[in-house]
Amino acid sequence: MDGAAPLFRMEGISKRYGGVRALEKADLTVTAGGIHAILGENGAGKSTLIKIMAGVVAPDEGTMTLDGREVSFASPAAANQAGIVCIFQELSLIPELSVADNIVISDPPKRIGMIDRKAQRRIAEEALARAGASDIHPCALVKDLPLSRRQMVEIAKALARKPRILILDEATSALTAADVAKVFEVLKRLRSEGLALLYISHRMNEIAELADHCTVFRNGRNVASYPAGSKSDNEVVELMIGREYSHIFPPKLGPNAAATTVLEARNLSWADRLDNISLSVRAGEVVGLGGLDGQGQRELLLAFFGVLRGLSGEILIDGKPVSISSPTAASHGRIGMALIPEDRKTEGLMLPMTVRENLSFAALDRLSKGGIIDRASEQRLIDDMVGLLAIKTAGLDIPVGALSGGNQQKVVIAKWLMRQPRIILLNDPTRGIDVGTKQEIYQLMRKLADAGAAILFYSTDYDELIGCCDRVLVLYDGAVKRELVGAEITEHALIASALNIHGEGAGPRQGVGA
Amino acid sequence: MSETTLGGIAGRMPKFLRRADPAVVTAFACIVILLLLGSLYSRSFLSPEYLLQQLKVASFLGVIATGMMLVILLGQIDLSVPWSVATGAMMACAAAAYGSVGVALAIPFGVLCGVAIGLVNGIGVAYLRIPSMIITLATNAVAQGLMVVYTGGFSPQDSATAAMRYLATGFTIPGVPNAVIIWALIGAAMVFVLTRTSFGRAVYGIGNRERAAYLSGIDTRRIVLIAFAVSGGLSAFGGVLLAGYASKAAQSMGDAYLLPSIAAVVLGGTSILGGRGSYLGTVAGVILITLLQSILSVMQMPEAGRQIIYGVVIVAMLLLYGRAPASR
Amino acid sequence: MKDWRYWLAEQRGTLLAFGIFIVMFAIYSGNHPAGFTANVVQTAANKGVLLAFVAMAQTLVVITAGIDLSVGMIFTLTNCMASWLVIGTGLETAFGVLAVLGTGLLCGAVNGAIVIYGRLQPIVATIATGAVFFGLALLLRPVPGGSVNEDLADFLTGRFFGVVPASLVALLVIVLVVWVPFSRSEFGRAAYAAGSSETAAYMSGVPIRRGKFLAYTLAGLLAAIGGLFLTFFTYTGEAAYASGNAYTLFSIAAVVLGGVSLFGGKGSAIGAIFGALAFRTIGDLLFVFDFDPLWQPLFQGVILLIAVSLGAFALFRVRNRLEWFL
Repeated sequence: MDGAAPLFRMEGISKRYGGVRALEKADLTVTAGGIHAILGENGAGKSTLIKIMAGVVAPDEGTMTLDGREVSFASPAAANQAGIVCIFQELSLIPELSVADNIVISDPPKRIGMIDRKAQRRIAEEALARAGASDIHPCALVKDLPLSRRQMVEIAKALARKPRILILDEATSALTAADVAKVFEVLKRLRSEGLALLYISHRMNEIAELADHCTVFRNGRNVASYPAGSKSDNEVVELMIGREYSHIFPPKLGPNAAATTVLEARNLSWADRLDNISLSVRAGEVVGLGGLDGQGQRELLLAFFGVLRGLSGEILIDGKPVSISSPTAASHGRIGMALIPEDRKTEGLMLPMTVRENLSFAALDRLSKGGIIDRASEQRLIDDMVGLLAIKTAGLDIPVGALSGGNQQKVVIAKWLMRQPRIILLNDPTRGIDVGTKQEIYQLMRKLADAGAAILFYSTDYDELIGCCDRVLVLYDGAVKRELVGAEITEHALIASALNIHGEGAGPRQGVGA
Repeated sequence: MSETTLGGIAGRMPKFLRRADPAVVTAFACIVILLLLGSLYSRSFLSPEYLLQQLKVASFLGVIATGMMLVILLGQIDLSVPWSVATGAMMACAAAAYGSVGVALAIPFGVLCGVAIGLVNGIGVAYLRIPSMIITLATNAVAQGLMVVYTGGFSPQDSATAAMRYLATGFTIPGVPNAVIIWALIGAAMVFVLTRTSFGRAVYGIGNRERAAYLSGIDTRRIVLIAFAVSGGLSAFGGVLLAGYASKAAQSMGDAYLLPSIAAVVLGGTSILGGRGSYLGTVAGVILITLLQSILSVMQMPEAGRQIIYGVVIVAMLLLYGRAPASR
Repeated sequence: MKDWRYWLAEQRGTLLAFGIFIVMFAIYSGNHPAGFTANVVQTAANKGVLLAFVAMAQTLVVITAGIDLSVGMIFTLTNCMASWLVIGTGLETAFGVLAVLGTGLLCGAVNGAIVIYGRLQPIVATIATGAVFFGLALLLRPVPGGSVNEDLADFLTGRFFGVVPASLVALLVIVLVVWVPFSRSEFGRAAYAAGSSETAAYMSGVPIRRGKFLAYTLAGLLAAIGGLFLTFFTYTGEAAYASGNAYTLFSIAAVVLGGVSLFGGKGSAIGAIFGALAFRTIGDLLFVFDFDPLWQPLFQGVILLIAVSLGAFALFRVRNRLEWFL
């Protein structure tokens, strides 16, 4: 900007997780008295970047300088000490403590060894006022506050630490419009007080209003840096895409209008996370769920699988309304549903148990007679699955935790295929696994669909949605915002509708749901 | 670093070595050491009579520890053992006072009372999601209260039936006490259930990760309920056997079985966090505890010393095997 | 909202326990043959404070989302110890008291070290240490016996100014000297924070381990104070297994009645004290209504069962069934 010396600079930062590169020689320069927006699609490396800044993870290579001196942070506390405070997406508030307790938690004011409640109250009130949230009472318990108020407390807590650089990672995602306006005023005031602010958001209108400077990340690299307002939304979207296609996808057969509808939802709503969703999936069809992470996709899959209570609306299987009250009900009997869950390590597998036990776990009722497992038929089916999915394991009796991530995921999928499900729900099944296994999963999905399965597939990777899906529903804020069919499924359309802006040539379509 | 290499090495190891749990091996090694130490003290420690006598004493604990193991495999705990044992014993003896029908039904009635306690525990843990240690403490108190009201605070005068005495002290096969045969049968059934049935698989699955088991379509609540009911029933059956052994039931006869049953299971390598452990380990743990008790009493170690040694041994063994992972 | 409304909301559990206690005690003294006299109050107070001390001890640990099943045994051990040491001249008695309290601290510290630094589950660890503590108690008192400095005992179990039970005053002093500083210190807050959400506490840089360790250690101290008072009331020491276990059990009941959440992070020792007093009064209600005392254990057991089941109602608000497994 106006030639001021940079407050903080990152140069040549790289970070790998296992074989996956998250950041590759990334650079970033932060100047005092400015709001710097960071843009990029899911997995572009933004969150790794700020975790490194905040001392949560250490970079593999590269240097960081603060006030021209090289620094490195061993822990979040060390980063805080240096004046870098981050407001993470996951809240770090303690629910049973009061707002004031939480605001001063890392360094409470003390008198004769005890916490000075008056001073604490004063600090908390100041911090809340600075955050523009003086309507929050410092004595209220955090657990009694709605999510949006908690987010404000989180901001106040960060301000009480007197930061020089404040990082906001999707900090406005849970806020109401009125709160967002207040937070913006606060941020602008902080800017005028000389703080450096790093702002990460998917909301283009927010960035347009707030940012002085923007940096776009793609594939773990900063690909463009420009003064805010100098590029149109569409140019920004182009910058965020621009990725070479690295996957090979199986051919799609195209729509088969004759196929029957297997899974259907009508006006599905749940808490404040699902908003009147209607959709249908036909036999032999792969329907994708797109959108930014956390827009209700996971909840939608859980709703179908009988995990959520207090669901309103209807779920229909083969055109008949059903009430699914548990995963047992969803997977057993006529419905024949399977869910490949979000986190294979805690939801899909029992890591210390053997490959064999994990593979047959979801199909125990089919493999046993009178409760006693028929070991011959278990072995036969497991052999089939290991062959079908080419699971690489040193044996069936080793802990599944000893397999590679890709093979673990294959075990999760195989354990459900042992039931021969008719409806398969996949929750981001390729996250964190190697390219080769990804390809195999794409092939398998298409093969299952061709054999008549109805597949609902959530992915955070837009390439996959484009390559695998016959249709894609884009969710935003718990509602289906757009439906893209066949050739309409392009990266541009996906990103534009995920950000809820209307890109050219792809007007909003009404009447979602087949 | 590579997880696959690790699996590869494990896969090439001989099967018995791969499967042997270091905790089980250690427990059996401790048994041998105890026997050798004992034989230094007195020759009779290695005599078949002494060993059979120890097995017979161990079988009461063995039956009770079997139920405890099932619950611990789920990652829960059953602290209602003391009064489940006493309730089983007292109710079986009480039934015996009601004519020939009562005598015939004494054993099943006693066991059923234990199952009832277990069902309350199971409902509390599985359906109300009350922490197991709390709800089982509460049902233990209620069972105690019921028994105190029933017996009037004294040890009941009803005596055990002939069948109970026969099960606990008789010999069907010459030289092998019936109690040992019963433990062997229950143990064999438990091994079968744990390794060959879908129920057993589900128990291990729930103990490892209830969330994953639930999402795999297992009715986890029903499994937990059944496991607690079985644990209550086995505790009560242990009480029935003890009543047969002593010819009558007594107040607080179960108190001496809570800590040893947990200790036997945990010393046998079953993780207190659930999901991991073999029945062979529990057998080793039961024999180890019984031998320890026997040797301490032969050496005329007072009750005080026994309690201290118990506690210290359990903490020490747990620090070796039962620690939670360090990472957060 | 006004400040006092927040205070009220925060103290709801404590106030509820206080209310239950007042109602129960009114019924109790109203129907007591002797009526509401200083004597009745003194007897009730002396019985109640024993459980109150043990319940305070349990509270400290429960706040960290742990549990201490050895409190009753620390209580028994220190009782046996006091029956040897708290005797003789004033100075000897004072040293005896210090030794007893030091033992309690040590027992608590051992529990804390095993649970926090040894990373064992609190439940099994404290059952095992409880066995050790009971063994030590039995070593000290194989048969009931011993004696205590009766002047001190009578002073602390009598009445001040003819009306105020001395044991209640002692309880108040302990609250002011132990509980209040703890709950208002950084470590006390860390104990609460760790019990409420250990991950959030870690991310906020709270001294979790030291907070929890202090909680376990002070729990040992409070149980020892209870053991000391038991000696003052009975003039003897007894290694009674059943009584030690009962105190552990009742301490959990008192804690639950006192509005302390067994899941950690919530509640106060003051609430647990009223929970303890209320629990004792409910147990004694049977006497004034001429019930057979045989029914008392059942009655207390049922109260306990109801108290622990009350927490389950939050379950019906859970809308995502996966939250059952957290």
